[in-house]
Amino acid sequence: MAIVSPGFSGRRRSPDAQLPPGQYLAEDFPVLTAGPTPRVPTDRWQFTVGTEAGQQHTWSWQQLIELPAEKITTDIHCVTKWSKLGTRWKGVSLDVLLEDVETAADFALVHSYGGYTTNLPLEDLLDGQAWVAYRYDDEELTPEHGGPARLLVPHLYFWKSAKWVRGIRLLLEDEPGFWESAGYHDYGDPWREQRYQGD
Amino acid sequence: MGDDHTDRDHTDHTDGGHVDGNALAGDLREIFAVDLTAATGRCTGCGHRGSVAALRVYRNAPGLVARCPHCEEVVLRLVRGRDRAWLDLRGTVSLEIPLPS
Ligand SMILES: [Zn+2]
Repeated sequence: MAIVSPGFSGRRRSPDAQLPPGQYLAEDFPVLTAGPTPRVPTDRWQFTVGTEAGQQHTWSWQQLIELPAEKITTDIHCVTKWSKLGTRWKGVSLDVLLEDVETAADFALVHSYGGYTTNLPLEDLLDGQAWVAYRYDDEELTPEHGGPARLLVPHLYFWKSAKWVRGIRLLLEDEPGFWESAGYHDYGDPWREQRYQGD
Repeated sequence: MGDDHTDRDHTDHTDGGHVDGNALAGDLREIFAVDLTAATGRCTGCGHRGSVAALRVYRNAPGLVARCPHCEEVVLRLVRGRDRAWLDLRGTVSLEIPLPS
């Protein structure tokens, strides 16, 4: 689908081919937040997966960082129309975290310190598509960008990559999260430009 | 006020920065015929009563999020699509709106 036009002389080659429809390239990393930034010390941090049967699986910070981690380089796309290419993260794959979790759920509701929530199909968290990320650009993840740890689900709009992630509830039925219950699309595929309900 | 929502993504990039509820005026005026920032609302979280103009508005976000200045619960959310807006008032018990007598 990449149609490269020569453009006007002196103009940089367009990055459009790498960008989903309606997005522009951001050089900085805008900080978006729907509330005060939670400050969660790692000695009090926990990550909990709760199943539809009521089972709870909990990891402390120490347990999280002792799990096998991956380095991820990925493009990210915010629904407010900026995209950032080649961002570098380190984190634990959800495949690792969910490995021993028995569930029949099809849906997940991710929740954060500070009360934020976002929903997605469970299958979008699996098969190397999602991580609990705790390093960005070779540094600790700052609170502004969701530290100590955030969800990273880069194939969906970035509001799904919940900052300050605290846990995931596995559900038999879809339950809309914070933005999904206020007009935003339930799934949020940037390549299909699923910004709002009905897109 | 100006056109707040066109530059929403590029302002207040401070950590957790918020502005006051007067930032809701333009967007709410498109939906309601009265200026709702003069209305008095009650928070479902803590019962605090206060004017809409006194809410804490976070606008570096996919929508406007107005929080109670007392307990920080979400009182009101406003999302603008291309040709629609979504107003969520679930954090508001009621709005008392002054009218001309
Ligand atoms: Zn309150």
